[in-house]
Amino acid sequence: MKRSLLGRLWPNATALVLFVCFAFPVYWMFATAFKPTGDIITEDPVWFPTDVTLEHFGTAVRADHFWTLVRNSLTVTLLAVGLSLLIALFAAFAIARTRFRGRRSVILVFMIAQMAPWEVMVIAIYMLVRDAEMLNSLVPLTLFYMVMVLPLTVLTLRNYIAAVPRELEESAMVDGCSRTGAFVKVIFPLLAPGLMATSLFGFITAWNEFPMVLILNKDAEAQTLPVWLYQFQTAFGDDWGATMAAASLFALPILVLFLFLQRKAVGGLTAGAVKG
Amino acid sequence: MAVQLDEAAVRATPPAPPDGPPSPAPRRSRGAGRLPWLLLAPALGATVLLLGWPMVKNGMLSFQNLNARQLILHLTEWTGFDNYGDALGSEHFWRVTVRSVLFTTVNVVLIMLAGTLTGLLLARLGRRMRLLLSVGLVLTWAMPIIAATTVYQWLFAQRFGVVNWLLDHLGWHSMADYNWTGSQFSTFFVVTVLIVWQSVPFVALSLYAATTTIPKELYEAAALDGAGAWKAFVSVTYPFIKPFLFATTFLEVIWVFKAFPQIYAIGQGGPDRLTETLPIYAFVEGIGNQHFGMGAAISLLTILILLALMSYYFRLVLRQERDES
Repeated sequence: MKRSLLGRLWPNATALVLFVCFAFPVYWMFATAFKPTGDIITEDPVWFPTDVTLEHFGTAVRADHFWTLVRNSLTVTLLAVGLSLLIALFAAFAIARTRFRGRRSVILVFMIAQMAPWEVMVIAIYMLVRDAEMLNSLVPLTLFYMVMVLPLTVLTLRNYIAAVPRELEESAMVDGCSRTGAFVKVIFPLLAPGLMATSLFGFITAWNEFPMVLILNKDAEAQTLPVWLYQFQTAFGDDWGATMAAASLFALPILVLFLFLQRKAVGGLTAGAVKG
Repeated sequence: MAVQLDEAAVRATPPAPPDGPPSPAPRRSRGAGRLPWLLLAPALGATVLLLGWPMVKNGMLSFQNLNARQLILHLTEWTGFDNYGDALGSEHFWRVTVRSVLFTTVNVVLIMLAGTLTGLLLARLGRRMRLLLSVGLVLTWAMPIIAATTVYQWLFAQRFGVVNWLLDHLGWHSMADYNWTGSQFSTFFVVTVLIVWQSVPFVALSLYAATTTIPKELYEAAALDGAGAWKAFVSVTYPFIKPFLFATTFLEVIWVFKAFPQIYAIGQGGPDRLTETLPIYAFVEGIGNQHFGMGAAISLLTILILLALMSYYFRLVLRQERDES
């Protein structure tokens, strides 16, 4: 009897400890952001903020170029994800629905491209972009981010397209739809969850990208939020309240998206075997 | 905040037959002809142009003597294998390589151990606790990398950081004002905790998803045969999750080996360049010190190491792909 109680207790106790370990850094970011400076700089940490202040968010938002950078980040991310979805839809359809010689090699190309070590290629990319005189522009960033998220988009969409029964498409064609019409009217609506999951992953990748923008766009007004956050920490040093407010602002869109979409996303990402 | 991992997990594992039913419509495939390639053209074109070209450029740069002077004057000086000779002949390069390998090994072992145990724990928990732990894991997983590095710098801050406070109060008083980025070992410690924290959720949640596909009957049969918890794990669970563990380990090796933002944002490879791994070394040498040719050579050597790792992984994936279709 005693043993079974213990047997039930330890998994739950371990789970609780693990939950705290995982959730605490995220909690601490938000908690610090809302605490008045007096409660941040203390010998004993204030675990639960009692006085809530928005002062640090004010500091972060009023930092130089903040809104320009928000616009930059959103533009680059949304364009990259949108373009890549569009291109990937064609490619995924070809892979999932047609048989042709070289199909397996094409899949392999995308699988290899998915693992491309972009972090290590930044020197070459810097030279190419410099030669094209497009440093400090959002165009190269958008294009490179598009290709960065493209392989996974193709590979996951292909799974979703393959999951749509052929019969649906064929019956639409029997009813007089063209092949394109069948795709638009039958397959596309069924792909909605797949599109959402895939774009979530793309959004995270592009939103997070750091080494490339760090090198390519040195102008303060041409940067994106990750570089801003990185420099914010360097610039503000010990103003942890403002730094955590900045981190919260940067993390919030992703956390919200993830919590809303993760039901689909976890499935989609596991299918594509990729880390967010 | 509807977190419904159970359902997602069930849906996640049998992802859809990879290519639809095995060739049910040969009539279409014959007539396809040029269509697939037309549909593939934009995606393949973009990949070749924006991924293949930088790769080639990287190779070309690595054979050039390209420093700040040549960059400004737009000079192209070919130097053959000099950069490679210098890199491979320098003690520094080998020290960084050994360090990268050690760093990757330690991280991947920790990630796989913690991830597997957490995933198995998820499978054992009751509904409510599983939901709670899943929420924690998903929050961690979703946390943007740079935001997470910033938070970790605050957690490990020398003054007023929570970690130092905790260690001090647990009785380790010399840690009260410890500077975590002051030495090689402690900087790596922080980076490792950060990377493991970030990577475990993916492993744990996917592993849990994999365990939900194991038929319950197998466990019942094992129990009938008098198998204990450990025996049931070895004979039922392990064979099921083995391919997954194998593939994930390789993915993690590749991810950790090329990890950049975490190390760079926490210490820029410092103190004294002692926490540079290969990607950081290439970056600091190429961009920071403006030895672009040398940096490119180091990049290429790094890519070669990654390719060697990947080719092994792809052999596995291709075998699976062939078995499935």
